[in-house]
Amino acid sequence: MEKVTQFTGTGMPLKISNVDTDQIIPAVFLKRITKTGFEDGLFANWRQNPDFVLNNPSYQGAEVLVAGSDFGTGSSREHAVWALRDYGFKAVFSSKFADIFLGNSGKQGLIAGVITDADTETLWEQIEADPAAKITVDLPSQEIQVNEVVVRFEIDEYTKWRLTEGLDDIGITLQSEDAIAAYEAKRESWKPKTLPAKGV
Amino acid sequence: MSSKPLTLAEKLWRDHLVLKGENGAPDLLYIDLHLIHEVTSPQAFDGLRQAGRDVRRRDLTIATEDHNTPTQDIHLPIVDPTSRAQVQALRDNTREFDIRIHSLGDKNQGIVHVVGPQLGLTMPGLTVVCGDSHTSTHGAFGALAMGIGTSEVEHVLATQTLPLQPFKTMAINVEGTLRKGVSAKDIILAVISKISTGGGQGYVLEYRGSAIRSLSMEGRMTICNMSIEAGARAGIIAPDQVTFDYLQDKPHAPQGADWDQALNDWSELTTDPDAVFDAEVFIDADTLDPFVTWGTNPGQGVSLMDSIPDPDSFDDPSQKAAAIKALAYMDLKAGTKMKDIAVDTVFLGSCTNARIEDLRAAADIIRGQVMAPGIRMMVVPGSQKVRLQAEEEGLDKVFVDFGADWRFAGCSMCLGMNPDQLAPGERAASTSNRNFEGRQGKGARTHLVSPMVAAATAIRGTLSSPADLEQ
Repeated sequence: MEKVTQFTGTGMPLKISNVDTDQIIPAVFLKRITKTGFEDGLFANWRQNPDFVLNNPSYQGAEVLVAGSDFGTGSSREHAVWALRDYGFKAVFSSKFADIFLGNSGKQGLIAGVITDADTETLWEQIEADPAAKITVDLPSQEIQVNEVVVRFEIDEYTKWRLTEGLDDIGITLQSEDAIAAYEAKRESWKPKTLPAKGV
Repeated sequence: MSSKPLTLAEKLWRDHLVLKGENGAPDLLYIDLHLIHEVTSPQAFDGLRQAGRDVRRRDLTIATEDHNTPTQDIHLPIVDPTSRAQVQALRDNTREFDIRIHSLGDKNQGIVHVVGPQLGLTMPGLTVVCGDSHTSTHGAFGALAMGIGTSEVEHVLATQTLPLQPFKTMAINVEGTLRKGVSAKDIILAVISKISTGGGQGYVLEYRGSAIRSLSMEGRMTICNMSIEAGARAGIIAPDQVTFDYLQDKPHAPQGADWDQALNDWSELTTDPDAVFDAEVFIDADTLDPFVTWGTNPGQGVSLMDSIPDPDSFDDPSQKAAAIKALAYMDLKAGTKMKDIAVDTVFLGSCTNARIEDLRAAADIIRGQVMAPGIRMMVVPGSQKVRLQAEEEGLDKVFVDFGADWRFAGCSMCLGMNPDQLAPGERAASTSNRNFEGRQGKGARTHLVSPMVAAATAIRGTLSSPADLEQ
C-alpha cells in the first residue's frame, strides 16, 4: 500500500446524514470481480438528479468529501470505499462513521476522519463559499486546513501508523505466525470443521 | 488470572486472543469459522494469488452462492452475464483453493446465514466472520459473529485471524411476554427505533431477559441478524438449553466426548452476574405491538397502531432532515395511519426471516384466505433445505393456493442483485432488513415487517396485523 501522509485538494460538501453504503454504491455495481473501476457506481442513483452535488461543476475534481453524520452505514461492501477512491476522493470526513466502513477505509488508504458537527458546518461553509479553495489534509498532525481555518480530525493511532507507513495488514499479521500456530495447537477438539463435509 | 467479572462478549474475546495488541495496536483474534459468498470474495482471492499466499485453514472455511442466484429456472444458466461471471468466479476460486462450496441446485445452497446454522457449523463459543454485514445472525448461538470487508476476507483466508480493536458492550434487556401476533422481528425493529441506526456503533449488543430466553433459535437469529441495523458490530445471546437442543442433531454438531466437553464449555458462556455493561437499554415485551418502518432507514419505525410521525417532532436537526427526505422518497405524509398504507408487493424472505418457522407463521395466517386484489407476493426460502422442509409440510401448497410465487432459495428481493426487484415507485411490505432508498430496486419503497404482518398485509392489501383479520 502507498504511504499516505499529506495532500492538498479541493472539497465537496455532502449535506446528507445517514448515508448508507447502498447509496454510496448500489448493489447492481457489486457484480464486478475487479478491484478498480467502481467510480461510475459512486452515488449512482443520486447522480441521476442533476441537482445532486456530484453533478455540480464547481466541485469537479474534489479530493475531500465532507459528509453528514452516520456515514457508511449498512452493508459491509468494501466496494463503497473502492468507489470513493476510484472517483478520486482521498479523504472523507464526518462526525460519525459506521464501524465496518471505517475499517474498510483503513485497508484501502482512504482517510476516514471524525470531526465534530460544528466543524462539519464550518467546512461546508468554507467549501461552499469558495469551491476552489485548497484544502490540506495532514495525517500526522490530524489537521485539515482550508483558508485560515484549521480543524482537527480523529483517527485511531494504529490506522494512522499503518497508513503513514504504507503497511500491509496481512504482512504484519504473518510476522506472528508462531503465535497463531501456538493458538491453533490448543484449540478445543469440539470446534467444528467444514471438512470432511457432513450433511451433504 | 484476574477474576474481574466479564460480559459474554468479553469472554469470547479473551478466549480467542492470539496476541494482545500493545501501544494502541489492535488485538489479534483467532477466527473459528469463515463463511464465503460470491459478492465480497473475488477480490480477496485475487489478492492471495497476487501475493502468492494460500488459504491457511480450508477446514474452517465454507462457501455458498446466494446474492446473485436466480430464484426460478435454476437449472438454466444465470441470464445476467455479470452475475453469472461472479458466481463462476466463486466456483473457480473454491476449486483452485480447494474450499467446500454449496452451489445452486445443492440442498445446502442458500443464504449464507441460513446455511451455517442448518449445517450445525455455527455453535456457541466461536468467532464467526463473513464478508457480509448480516453475519451478526450467528451471534444467536452465543458466538462472536461479525461482518467484514473484502480486505478482511483476504486477511482471514491467509491467516485465520483478524486484528480487531476491542468493542464496548451494551445490554438490551427485553423482559415480559410477547402478545399473540408479535414476534422477534418486532422486538428488533423496536430496539433499532429506540437506539437509532448509529446507537450501536462500537458496541456488541447482548440481548437478554425473559422475552429473549423464550424465543426459539430462529427468533433469536432474527434479532441478532439486525444488530448491524443499529450500527453494532455484533449481537449476541447467551446459549442455553434451547441452543443445545437445536444443535444436537445437526450434521456438524460435536459427537460423543466432544459433545460433553462442548456442553461443559458452553455452560460458561454467560455474562457474569457482577459484570458491567458500558450501556443498557430496556424494552417492555408485554406492551410491544407489531412494529413497522415508514422511512428509509431501519430506525425510522413505529408501532403498526401509530401514524407516521411529523418531522417537526424530531429534536435533532439531522433526524428531522432525514425524516423529510424519507417521506418525500416514500411518497408519504406525516399523520397518515400506518394501517392505511397500501402496498403492491409482499416479500417473504431474506436472512432475517426466511427460515422454516417464518414460513410456517405466514402460512398459518394465509391458509384458506384470499389475497387482496392487485397484490403480488413472493416467498423465497432461506435455503434449499428450508424449501424442501416446507414442501414436506405442504406449506408450498398453502402459498401457491393463496396466489404467491413459490421460489428457490437466495437473497433475492432483499437487495435485488438477481432479477427479483421492485419496479420504480412500487411499494413493498418486506420481511427483510433494509428499507434504504433503492435497496429493493431503483425507486422502490420498502416497509420492513414481520412474517405475520407480511401475511396479514397480503390478505388486506394495507399494512395489517394478524389481529386485524379477526375484526
